[in-house]
Amino acid sequence: MTPRAQGERSSGRAITIAILAMGGEGGGVLADWLVDLAESNGFVAQTTSVPGVAQRTGATIYYLELFPAAAIPAGAQPVLGLSPVPGEVDIVIASELMEAGRALQRGLVTADRTTFIASTHRVYSMTERTAMGDGRVDSDKLLAGGRAAARRFVSADFGLLAERAGSLIGPALYGALAASDALPFSRAQFEDTVRRAGVGVNASLQAFGAGYDAATQASLPAEPEKPVPAVGPRLAALAQRIALEFPAAARPTLQAAILRLADYQDVAYAQHYLELLQPLRAARADLLDETARHLALWMSYEDTIRVADLKTRRSRFQRVGGEVKLAGDQQLDINEFMHPRLEEIADTLPAPVGRWLLATRWARSCVEPFTRKGRIVRTSSIRGYLLLYAIASLRGMRRRSLRFQVEHERIGQWLATVARLAGTHPELALEVARSQRLIKGYGDTHARGWGNYQRLVAVLPRLQAAPHGAQQLRDLSQAALADDTGQALEKLLAAA
Amino acid sequence: MAERSFASEVKLLRLGEGEQFRGEGILAVTKALLQSGVSYVAGYQGAPISHLMDVLTDANDILQELGVRFEHSASEATATATLGASVNYPLRGAVTFKSTVGTNVASDALANLASGGVTGGALLIVGEDYGEGSSIMQERSHAFAMKSQVWLLDPRPNLPSIVNAVEQGFELSEASNTPVMLELRIRACHVHGSFTAKANKRPAFTLKDAIEAPLRDVNRIVLPPASYLHEQEKISRRWPAAVRFIQERGLNEFFAADAQEFGIVLQGGLYNAVLRALELLGLADAFGNSAIPLYVLNVTYPLVDAEFTRFCAGKRAILLVEEGQPDFIEQAVNSMLRKADVQTRVHGKDLLPMAGEYTGAVVVKAVARFVESYAPQLLAGRELPLAARPAPLPALPNGDPKVFAIQQAAAEVQPRPPSFCTGCPERPIFTAMKLIERELGQHHVSCDIGCHLFSILPPFNIGATTMGYGLGWAGASAFNTRETDKRTISIMGDGGFWHNGLTSGVGNAVFNQTDNLLLVVDNGYSAATGGQDLPSSRAANTLRNTNNPIEKAVRGVGVDWVRTVDNTYSLERMRDALRDALTTKQKGPKVIVAQSECMLNKQRRIRPLIKKRIAGGERVVRERFGIDPETCTGDHSCIRLSGCPSLTVKPNPDPLRRDPIATVIDSCVGCGLCGEVAHAAVLCPSFYRAEIINNPSRWDRFKARLRGAVIGWLQARIERRLEGLAA
Repeated sequence: MTPRAQGERSSGRAITIAILAMGGEGGGVLADWLVDLAESNGFVAQTTSVPGVAQRTGATIYYLELFPAAAIPAGAQPVLGLSPVPGEVDIVIASELMEAGRALQRGLVTADRTTFIASTHRVYSMTERTAMGDGRVDSDKLLAGGRAAARRFVSADFGLLAERAGSLIGPALYGALAASDALPFSRAQFEDTVRRAGVGVNASLQAFGAGYDAATQASLPAEPEKPVPAVGPRLAALAQRIALEFPAAARPTLQAAILRLADYQDVAYAQHYLELLQPLRAARADLLDETARHLALWMSYEDTIRVADLKTRRSRFQRVGGEVKLAGDQQLDINEFMHPRLEEIADTLPAPVGRWLLATRWARSCVEPFTRKGRIVRTSSIRGYLLLYAIASLRGMRRRSLRFQVEHERIGQWLATVARLAGTHPELALEVARSQRLIKGYGDTHARGWGNYQRLVAVLPRLQAAPHGAQQLRDLSQAALADDTGQALEKLLAAA
Repeated sequence: MAERSFASEVKLLRLGEGEQFRGEGILAVTKALLQSGVSYVAGYQGAPISHLMDVLTDANDILQELGVRFEHSASEATATATLGASVNYPLRGAVTFKSTVGTNVASDALANLASGGVTGGALLIVGEDYGEGSSIMQERSHAFAMKSQVWLLDPRPNLPSIVNAVEQGFELSEASNTPVMLELRIRACHVHGSFTAKANKRPAFTLKDAIEAPLRDVNRIVLPPASYLHEQEKISRRWPAAVRFIQERGLNEFFAADAQEFGIVLQGGLYNAVLRALELLGLADAFGNSAIPLYVLNVTYPLVDAEFTRFCAGKRAILLVEEGQPDFIEQAVNSMLRKADVQTRVHGKDLLPMAGEYTGAVVVKAVARFVESYAPQLLAGRELPLAARPAPLPALPNGDPKVFAIQQAAAEVQPRPPSFCTGCPERPIFTAMKLIERELGQHHVSCDIGCHLFSILPPFNIGATTMGYGLGWAGASAFNTRETDKRTISIMGDGGFWHNGLTSGVGNAVFNQTDNLLLVVDNGYSAATGGQDLPSSRAANTLRNTNNPIEKAVRGVGVDWVRTVDNTYSLERMRDALRDALTTKQKGPKVIVAQSECMLNKQRRIRPLIKKRIAGGERVVRERFGIDPETCTGDHSCIRLSGCPSLTVKPNPDPLRRDPIATVIDSCVGCGLCGEVAHAAVLCPSFYRAEIINNPSRWDRFKARLRGAVIGWLQARIERRLEGLAA
C-alpha cells in the first residue's frame, strides 16, 4: 500500500444493523425510527430494504448503517453498505423465531460482535401449518443456535408483550434494543423517536417499556410443567383405583382420561375405560401410557352430541369473549358453522334405525335434501341454543347409537391387537397404539383417516414377521399423514 | 388510491435551493426530475419504482404549478412511446418502469425512439429488480441499451450521485440526441439518504408551445430511407457525441488511479459493495479513500475506450466487477484492450460468480482473491474477514458444540415465500378451484402476473405456466382443439387485463374461436404493485377515468359467455360459475369476472371510517372467525384449503392430544372464507363466527338480557351435571 493512501485513510466504521422480519409486520417502521434516532443524535444514517412482493407476508430484511457525524472529516462522506455482510453485523433483530434461524443460516450473527435480539414467538410457515399432524419445527434448536452464535442473545416473547400493550411487535423490539445498550443512545432518546413518529404513541411506548423490561431480565421464565389434572369427589374412587392398580408414571394420563370420559359421558364410562385398560396394566411404561392416551381419545370420539355439548357451555361463551377481546360495553353473538350429513344423523340414531336409514333408499332420499347445505346456528340466540342443547341432551341414548357401536367394535379390535403384541412385540404394539392418531376429524377427513388406518392394520401380519416392523409401521403412519391424497402412503405400501 | 398516502413525501418535492432532502432514493429521483425542468413524466408502476408514480399522483398540484404533465400509462410500451414528444421538440421527458419486465414490453417503442433519436432530453428510469427478493426473471437491462443503442447510466448508490445522474442524463441525451436509460438497483431505489436540493424549474419550452406550433421532420421517422440513415447516424454522430460528453463532463470516476499496478473497474451501482470489501480488507477507509485504483463506470454503455486504455496503462491486471450475465462489459473490455494491444489481464467472472447478486460477501471474497494474487503483501499479517474465508464444513455432533448448535438451528429454517394477505378475496377463488378439481379432475391452468400468482405455491399448488403480464390467456392459446371436451383455465388479474390482456388474451381468444375459460380477478386495484387505480377501479378518481367494467370490455370484443361473480367469498357461487364454464355445452370463449375488493386496500379504506363511527356512538358490528380448541382435531384441512395468514396453528391445550390445533388470530378481518370452506368442503364444526356489537342498541340490550336469563339457566344445568368431576 502506498504511504500516501495510508496517510489519507481515517479510522472509524459504521454501526451495522439487520432487521429480519415478515412483510406487514412493521419492520419498515422500526427501521424508520432507527434512522430518526440516529439522525437526531449526531449520526448519519442509511437504510435500505428489498420489500418487493415480500411485503405480502414473505420474509424480508431491512439493513441499516449508522455513522457518527463527529468522526467524519470535513468534506468527506461515509460510504455505507447496502446489504449485510456475514460476520460484519453489530445488531441483528429478528421479529420471529424462525426468522432468527434465518439470520443464523445467513451467517449474520457472530460471537465477536453481534447483539442478537429475537422474539421467541412463532409465526408458523405454510409448511408447518398445512401438515396433517404436527409439522412444527423445533423451537429449542432455534433458541440454542441463537445462544451459541451471538455475542449477546436477548430473547423473549416480544409478540406477546406487544399484544398485551395493544401494539405491534416493532416497538417491543425497539425497547429491547434500547435496553441492550448496543447503541450509544439513551432510553429517552429512543422514546423521543416514537413520540416524533406520532402514530399510536401511547400504545407504542407501552410496548417499548415492556420490551425494555423483558430484555433487562436475565433469562426466560421456564415453561410451567403440565400438572397432573386433579379430580373432584365424584371421581375420587376411580382416582384411587388408578393409584392402586396402575404404575405411578401413567397417572397423569389416566387421570386426564377419566376426567375427559366422565365429562364426555358419565362416571360409569370412565370406569369402563379403566376396565378396558386392565390387560395392559403390566405392559411397558410407554406402551401403557400411549395406549391409555389414545384409548381415551378414541372413546371420546367427536360426534354431534359432543360438539353440541361443548358449544353450549358457559366456559365456552366466556372463552370466545376473551378471544375476541370483548370489552365491557360490547355484545357478542356466536354463529356456528355446522354441516350435518346423512351419515351423522344416522350415527346419532339407535343403531338398528341408523343402519336402516343408511340402507334404505327412499328413507335416505327423504332426509338428504335437508343435509345438502351447511347451516349456521346462532348459539347465542335462544332458538339456536335450544337446538344445540337438545342435541347435547341425546347423550343419554348415546350408548345405543350406531356410532357408539361401530366405534367400540373398532376400539375392541385395536385394543386386542395392542394387548396381543404387547408381550412379544412391544415396539410394534406401541406403533399400533399410536396409529390411532390417523383417525381424526369429521366427515370425509374422518373417513380418509379410518381408511388409512385399515390399510396399515392389513399389513400388520407382514410387519410382525419383519425385523424392523415397528419402524416400518411408524413410516407408514407418517406417510399417511404426508398428504391428503394418499399418494405417499400408496407409494410406501407398494414399496414395502 | 395507492397503498400509502404520500402527503409527507410530497412536501419533499417542494424543497427549495440549498435545502436538505432526506428520504428514499426513488423520491430523490422524483425531485431531481422537477429540478431538471422536466415537461412530462409517464410510467407503469411496479417495484421498485412504484413510489415515484405514487408520489407524483399525490403531487398533482405541484406538477400543475410547474406545467408538468403526469400520466399513469396503460403499459411500459405506452410510457416509452410517450417520449415521442421529445423527438421533434426541446421538451424534457422521463418515463419509469420496472425492468427487465417493463423494458421487454417497452422495447418496440424504445427501438423506434432510439432509431430516430430525440431533440429534448429523454430519460428512461428503470428499476432493476434483480437479485434477492426479486419477483421476476433474472435478466439485464444492459442488453436493451446495447440493442437499441441508448445510453445506460448506473450511478453510485448514494442520493447526490443519483440526483446528478438524472440531471446529467438529460444533458447527455440532448448532447447526443439519444434517449438515456437510468438504471437503479432495487436497494438504491429504497435507500434512505440525503442531498442538497435545488429549486424546481418550470420548463422554458412547454407542451402548450409544442401543441400550438407543431413540427415534423421526415428524417426522424422510422421508414426507409431514413431508417438506414439512423443506423449510420448512431455510429458516426450520436455515439461519438456521447463519448465526448461523458469524458468532458467526467461522468465516470477515477479514485487513486495510479496507486497500484492493478486496479478494479466497477459498475457505479456496485461502488458501495466494492468499497466495503476494500474497507474490510484494510485497503480503504470508510470515506472512500482507497489504496487500490478504482475506475467507476457511472455510464456502463457506451464504454469509453480512451478511459480504459488510460486506466490500464502500466497495470498488470484489472478486476471487472460486473453484476449479472451475460458478461457484456467484460467481453467488450477484452475486445477493446486486444484491439489497442494493451496487455493488462482482465479478471471478472473468473473470480466472481457468473450469475447472481453481487452482495457484500460475494464481492469481498473476489476482491480478496484478486489482491492476494497481485499484491499478497497488502493483506499480510491480517486475518481475512469472515465473509472472505472458506465456508465452514458441516459440524459433527461431537465437534464444536456451538458450531453444531448453529447448524442445527439453520437446518430448521423453512422458506417463507410471499402469500395472499389476510382476508384476500383471491384466496376463495383458488379454494373454489380446488373444490372443482375434486369434482372434475385437474385442468391445465395458465397463470399471469399479479398477486394471484401466489396460488402456484402451497397450499393451492395451482398453475402450470406464466408467460407475462396480461398473457395468461395467450399462454394457453395452443390448447384449442376439437379433439377433447376438456377445457383449460387461464387467469388474469385486472392489472394484466388492462395492460394488454384485453387484446392479446381476450381479443385473440375470440378471433381464434377458443372454447376455453378465462378467469379475471377483478379486485379493484393494481394490487400487486401497491394498489394503484385502473380503468375498472370502483373508486372515484378526480384525475383518471375509472368505473369501466371489465365485463363490458370483454363483451365489447365479442365474448358472449361472461359471468360476473361479485362476491368471491361465496364459494358456492364461485364454484358454480366455474363448473358452469367448464361443463356448458355452449362453444366459444368463456370469461368469469371474479369481483371483490382487495382486502389490503379495503381495510386501509374502511378502518378509519369504522373507528370514527364507533367513536361517534353508532352501532357497528365487527365480525371475526374463531375455532373451538376442544373440537378441533388438528388435521388442518381448513388451512390447506385457505392458507390465510390469520388461520394458523397453536399448541394443543388438551393434555391428551399432541398435534397442534388450528386457530384464528386476532388479525382476522371476518372475510367469511373459513365458514364457507367449512360448509362447502364439509370440514368440521369447530368454526364459529363471532359478531362483536359496538354500541349495542336498546333492542340489542333487551335481547341480551332475555338470552342471558334463558341460556344462563340452561348453562347452570350443564354445570350441575359436571359438578364434582374436576377438582
